[in-house]
Amino acid sequence: MSEFVLDFFLLRDPNVRWVVIAILLICSSTAIVGSFAFLRKRALIGDAVSHAILPGICLAFMLTGGKHPFWLMAGAILIGLLSMKIIDFITVNSRIKPDTALALVMSVFYGLGVLLLTRIQSSGNAAQAGLDKFLFGKAAAMMQEDVITYSLFSIFLLLVITILFKSFVVTIFDRQHAALIGLPVNKLEGVMAILTVIAIAIGIQAVGVVLMSALLITPAAAARYWTNNLKIMLLLAALFAMVSGVSGAFVSYAMPKMPTGPWIVMFLTLITGISVLIGSKKGYWVTRKGKQQINQKIIQENVLKALYQLGEVRNNFEDPFLKSELRKKRKYGRLRQRNALKQLEKEACIKIEGEYIYLTRKGLDEGQRITRLHRLWEVYLTKYLKLPADHVHEDAEAMEHLITPELEIELEKVLDYPLIDPHDSPIPRK
Amino acid sequence: MKENTTAAIEVHNLSVTYDGKPAAWNIDYELPQGKLIGVMGPNGSGKSTSIKAIMDLVPKASGYARIFGKELDEVRQRVAYVPQRGSVDWDFPASVLDTVLMGRLTKKNIFKRISKKDRDIALECIRKVRLDKYAHRQISQLSGGQQQRVFIARALAQQADLYLLDEPFAGVDASTEDAIISILKEMKEEGKTVLVVHHDLQTAPNYFDWLVLMNTRLVAAGPMEETFTSEYLNEAFGGRLNILSQMGDLIKRKKYPIREKKNK
Repeated sequence: MSEFVLDFFLLRDPNVRWVVIAILLICSSTAIVGSFAFLRKRALIGDAVSHAILPGICLAFMLTGGKHPFWLMAGAILIGLLSMKIIDFITVNSRIKPDTALALVMSVFYGLGVLLLTRIQSSGNAAQAGLDKFLFGKAAAMMQEDVITYSLFSIFLLLVITILFKSFVVTIFDRQHAALIGLPVNKLEGVMAILTVIAIAIGIQAVGVVLMSALLITPAAAARYWTNNLKIMLLLAALFAMVSGVSGAFVSYAMPKMPTGPWIVMFLTLITGISVLIGSKKGYWVTRKGKQQINQKIIQENVLKALYQLGEVRNNFEDPFLKSELRKKRKYGRLRQRNALKQLEKEACIKIEGEYIYLTRKGLDEGQRITRLHRLWEVYLTKYLKLPADHVHEDAEAMEHLITPELEIELEKVLDYPLIDPHDSPIPRK
Repeated sequence: MKENTTAAIEVHNLSVTYDGKPAAWNIDYELPQGKLIGVMGPNGSGKSTSIKAIMDLVPKASGYARIFGKELDEVRQRVAYVPQRGSVDWDFPASVLDTVLMGRLTKKNIFKRISKKDRDIALECIRKVRLDKYAHRQISQLSGGQQQRVFIARALAQQADLYLLDEPFAGVDASTEDAIISILKEMKEEGKTVLVVHHDLQTAPNYFDWLVLMNTRLVAAGPMEETFTSEYLNEAFGGRLNILSQMGDLIKRKKYPIREKKNK
């Protein structure tokens, strides 16, 4: 078995070698074209067009009587473009909404495709064997002429994108700006549409008609979780697609009964799932950690504020505070309080000695600042929103952690440096 | 140096329709160079639409526009347009610098690598709008006012002679509005022509020295002291804003010499 695995991954078998190279090219080029479709928010178009392509392949087969990939591609691209045109035409010239137009064209064309396919299969033409592979992909079973044709188309896609990269980016981000600097935006959008159709036409080799939109859009969607940089996003999308493509091909190489497409999509889905969870820019983990950090900071600020206010009452900030005093003032669990205190000690805001807490200069200033913001906000609410004094505390509890130094200056100015808050507590300043 | 006598924008008999409904009707005006000009009118009065038509961004139903006496195609490099902030998707994977660099793109250099000089100009423009701290930040992480300043920096990077801004003050905080207006005034001092779609009548007399008043058709176009009158404002804004337009008169009397004095 290990010998068998090595055969595949070391590309010892020349057949495997070519198939793997073709898959790498197909997956990377479709993923990159798909990234542009993703950024243009045209994800669904991919699904519609890939389904609509099926009758194109069948017609090409019926007309040429063979399965030469070049003619099949030609049929696919022509019908793909036609379906796109029809979607646009329906949207512009009728009251049917774009999503309905998509669904309409997709189902009608796909139905036609299945009809033609059934007819071909029952026609007794020996050459038709394998045509149904277009439904779910047949990457692992590609012939040499397939490999050459699809590789060439992939390289063509990558070339066009490299050359027109900047034009595409400006047009997608800000069409008006692109038009104004004199770029032919309509033509550029036309080119993007054609590239999408070509990408779909070659991509169905790998994953088939039904799952094509996954190969087009998922890599981009997954990559977006990891980066805010467009070029890195494109490279990541290509990488994700290539890894999934080769893994999927391997599964169907190892177990010939297994279809390639669904396995590629399985791997893609796995990668996307991981990206959604731990992606470094938008992933669930990062967002959650960010929230936790904010929570932690709020608790710390509240502890300092509580210590400051305890000191205020006894008019002495130098002597230590008791941990139990603090607990009485802010009702945290012991664990949460201990964590907050530990962190505050690390940041040199307090010093802990057994049951005693000393406020450092830094901690004192911070506690004073939070108290000041709290009371300033209370003044603001009573003065400008005419809220009664007993309604403003809750709101100030939240706002005190948000107000920036700039806003603080502004608040002070607007309120004309008030001396006391609505509850007659003094507003402390340095 | 170009002579300053050609109109920055000449609009002749310009009409724009959406689905057959007129959005701007028979607009006809000439705007001089080197002025800070406000385009004002109520919602849906064709302010933005007429600007877009001048920029060839929406088709004209009739009429034409000349910029510095020429067709737009001949003077593209001298014109910069700042669209409404909401017209793009700010979640696009781009940094502030990436976005401002788009202002350096032209038809000619679109296939070339970005030069060091273009990069420096972009960075300088980012500094001018005080976003230098955020140059490498993703644009979705900026506040609305900062996003608006990114757009202004991009326009500055184009180093144009005519700037058209579509509602640059919509949804920005007061300090950003101040920052933007002082940049615009600075540009005017440098001899640039700046056209701003705006709808706050109270600030208009302080901001602009020329005014174009619209209400689907053109109501008035001319120097502030000739156009910012209750008569024209009423005509543009209808009876609805009676109090505001009366206040406009008040503001006018405070800030500007009365006409007889001006004509001395």
